[in-house]
Amino acid sequence: MTNIAPDDPGTRSEANWAKPVDRLSAAGVSGAKDDAVSGKRVSGPLQGFGQLWQKTFKAPLTGVDLTPEAVVAIWKDAFPTFWPTGQKFYAPLSGITPGEVALLEIAPVPGAPVKLSTGVMVLYADDESFTFMTPEGHTLSAWITFSAYREGDVTVVQAQALERPSDPFDELAYMLGGNRMNNRFWQQTLQNLARHVGVAEPVVETQIVCIDKNRQWRHVNNLRNSATVRSAWRTMTSPLRKLTGKG
Amino acid sequence: MTAMTILVSRDGDAGILHISGDITSGSEGDLMKAYTQASDAGATAIVLDFSGLEYMNSGGIGLLVTLLVRAQRAGQRLMAIGLTEHYRQILSLTRLDEAIEIHDDEAAAMAAVTA
Repeated sequence: MTNIAPDDPGTRSEANWAKPVDRLSAAGVSGAKDDAVSGKRVSGPLQGFGQLWQKTFKAPLTGVDLTPEAVVAIWKDAFPTFWPTGQKFYAPLSGITPGEVALLEIAPVPGAPVKLSTGVMVLYADDESFTFMTPEGHTLSAWITFSAYREGDVTVVQAQALERPSDPFDELAYMLGGNRMNNRFWQQTLQNLARHVGVAEPVVETQIVCIDKNRQWRHVNNLRNSATVRSAWRTMTSPLRKLTGKG
Repeated sequence: MTAMTILVSRDGDAGILHISGDITSGSEGDLMKAYTQASDAGATAIVLDFSGLEYMNSGGIGLLVTLLVRAQRAGQRLMAIGLTEHYRQILSLTRLDEAIEIHDDEAAAMAAVTA
């Protein structure tokens, strides 16, 4: 495995890390239809079910005169706007800062009638990088780090994920196309960011490594927190909740 | 940034990595090389001594996951000693403490290895 990005921290403060938290709260987010995160615990690569993957996507900002710090500031400020069309990121009101929670609405496949409601917690943030960690129920038990660094005279933006599908259904979906969709998601995000800062034809380099081929059967019970099942149930019961005034 | 250095030692069945400086994703090569060296003589436990740690960012935490997977695959226990309260909290926050055994010092880790 090769891990490419040098990530010299911009600052060395403990404030770069989220404070310890037992259960998450999405109280600082507005606009999302559903909060599937509050009350959940975070769930990282060790708590997932499926195979463990490390994915690295990077795009050189050739011809753009911006420092890594400047690019990361732009990325944090307008993070949702770089996502592919149809996917929603409800940022915390206080921005991407350690310990904050964001809510997400994601189409599992393009045009799908069911949107997956989930979220992320900002685990770490400094001037050159920030990291999200997923909550229980998310399709992936993961950390993903967004960063920028210099490679010669060029600033490079990078997204690097360490992820396991959270439960057996998620693992199956991942094998049947979710993995490729996930790759396209981050490739498009980097392309959108690169275009935003002035790269006419961005090129994204992708490196994917399976770190652990074993499945963690001791975490099969993650199914009980599945955001996919929850979102599907909410969609199916939506007419009933409207009738009874509870939705 | 302070460059990371690692000294490898052996105590019974445990290989010990004495880590100093900063751990970031750029530390991967040195960390994995030290792990391989510590494992060479058939160590059943790997102890990460963080008493010289100055800084660790999220890239560094990611390396601990990779190291943990390698250790588990080799049937080794992974332990951490010398963590400050801050980094104990980080391991708890990231739930790495569910798989990495945390002890106060080398003596406590060795007692756990031989128990």
